[in-house]
Amino acid sequence: MTKLILRKLGWALLTIAFVLLLNFFLFRVMGDPTRLLKDPRLSQATIEAIRVRFGLDKPVINCFETLNPIKASLNACGVNPFNTQFAAYLSNLLKGDLGVSFHSQRPVAELLTERLWNTLLLIGAGQILAIIIGIILGLVAAWKARTVLDYSALVGSLTVWSLPTFWLGILLLFWGSNYLGLPLGGKETIGSGLTGLKRLGDIGTHLLLPTLTFTLVFIGEYMLIMRSTVLDVLSEDYILTAKAKGLSTFQILKDHALRNAMLPIVTIVALNLGFTVAGAIQIETVFSWPGLGLTIFEAVGRRDYPVLQGAFLLLAVSVVLANVIADLLYTFLDPRVRLA
Amino acid sequence: MRDFWQALRRNRMGVIGLIMIVLTLLMAIFAPLLAPYNPKERIRVTLDSIYAKPSLEHPFGTDDAGKDVLSNFIYGARVSLTVGFFASFISVVIGGTIGLISGFFGGKIDNLLMRFTDIVLVIPDLPLAVVLVALTKPSLMNIIIVIGILGWTGTARLVRSQTISVKERKFVLRAKAIGAHPLYILRNHIFPLVLPLMIANTVLVISLAILNESALAFLGLGDPSTLSWGQMLNFAFTRGAMSSGAWWALLAPGLGIVWLVLGCTLLGQGFQQILNPRLESHHLQKSEMIALEGSHVQQATG
Repeated sequence: MTKLILRKLGWALLTIAFVLLLNFFLFRVMGDPTRLLKDPRLSQATIEAIRVRFGLDKPVINCFETLNPIKASLNACGVNPFNTQFAAYLSNLLKGDLGVSFHSQRPVAELLTERLWNTLLLIGAGQILAIIIGIILGLVAAWKARTVLDYSALVGSLTVWSLPTFWLGILLLFWGSNYLGLPLGGKETIGSGLTGLKRLGDIGTHLLLPTLTFTLVFIGEYMLIMRSTVLDVLSEDYILTAKAKGLSTFQILKDHALRNAMLPIVTIVALNLGFTVAGAIQIETVFSWPGLGLTIFEAVGRRDYPVLQGAFLLLAVSVVLANVIADLLYTFLDPRVRLA
Repeated sequence: MRDFWQALRRNRMGVIGLIMIVLTLLMAIFAPLLAPYNPKERIRVTLDSIYAKPSLEHPFGTDDAGKDVLSNFIYGARVSLTVGFFASFISVVIGGTIGLISGFFGGKIDNLLMRFTDIVLVIPDLPLAVVLVALTKPSLMNIIIVIGILGWTGTARLVRSQTISVKERKFVLRAKAIGAHPLYILRNHIFPLVLPLMIANTVLVISLAILNESALAFLGLGDPSTLSWGQMLNFAFTRGAMSSGAWWALLAPGLGIVWLVLGCTLLGQGFQQILNPRLESHHLQKSEMIALEGSHVQQATG
């Protein structure tokens, strides 16, 4: 058991190492970031100054980039052989320093933590609603398998699955802001000066449509998974036994079907984290919800590479960590694994 | 193959999906005949022609540049289909190769390849795709490659598990016993049996690729020189369709994506139902009353 947990943690660490490497190489090797600052108003001297400031004048990983033995002894890093971009990247990461935004000149780490909470709020609200509603719908669809109700739930969830997230968001925004008087976007009314409960209410009305979009996008998948798992469970012989014992349909669904179907739900929530992040990027962009997704969108538009790099790293590492947690949770929930 | 076609014809979801895809394909192929205007043609823009309401002249209205939305929509199908087919081709080739090798050879190779697959699987694709396209040039080619190289993990796992189940079949073991070359077995015995599942999977990968392309385009990372459905939505959204109440510029491209993705999903589901028939009945159903009266064994085996 301990061995299993240690092995899983080991793989998570390896994955994170891979993400760190990928993140570094994408931004450094696929191109010197300042070369992408294609503003004709910048003089060569300014570009050079930016390169020095962000450490881009140093060698990428290897100080001994030349094969010439005389030059190799005087390596490109000066006295310190670890004076490379890669070493600086790692040591800065350990210090929690993700660099400075090209656009706002603020530290990236500070910028991201500010917005992380908004994303977590949105994802949390959307996912919890989607899971609860999806489970109920899936249970009913499986119980009423091969009826009109089941088929319409099936077609409905396939349709919802096929909707581009951002488009559903746009439609809801169009409807909500034109006919229901809901806000056009953002997290709260700027300059309203609201405090306490009123402010919470204001944030709530801003959160309504993004959460609804999130929920609708994910309900379909949870419903489908729940439906197929429950169908499997209900054709087991112990369901027949339960029925013979005289248990009511509700009791069978609650105690047998629901409990057994919880494991696949945990797995699918973990597997869905990537899609969740993709959903958050699109929904935040549509509703100008100031989270990590909107940060990525803005960073792309402004060619703000430090922010883009930091946001990608944060998202990828969080997804990896959340996956490990789900994996360990699964181990604890499943007696076949726990007791083995 | 003939049996497969027969089974598909009896699968209602599959048939509807296939019809939806074929209609879209026909629209894309005959775009110049169907579209009332040529989107590349220069037009004289007046204040009235920007976001003009749907009319006889422009059945779907006009967009931010005064162009006919219907014509853009018809031509846009070409882009979405191109991205969908080529990107999923890349994904299925990578995933299929990794899955076949991993499943067939097993052992260390399998372990290594599957660990790599797990690592790639866990990294969220859209942010990575955004980073990759933002760092390179957002041309159609780059978008196809990026979506293609990020979308193979599901296929790899599926093909691997199918390969493992096929390689233990008697005729494969027999071929091995008489000394057939592993590559020969892989090509002539295993691949043909894995192929149907791969085709079913391709259809689903196409739908994911189309969704990803539209999301990238919406985030401003579409090819600026081609007008895909995602790009149309991006232009409409960022250039004031919301505030001018121009729902027509937002509706058609979105519905196009849903139509095509739903078609692929239905066909993919249909394929899967044929290849992997699941017992869709259970003990809480009414039909069971009959089962309890004696034909239980029959139902369980059927």
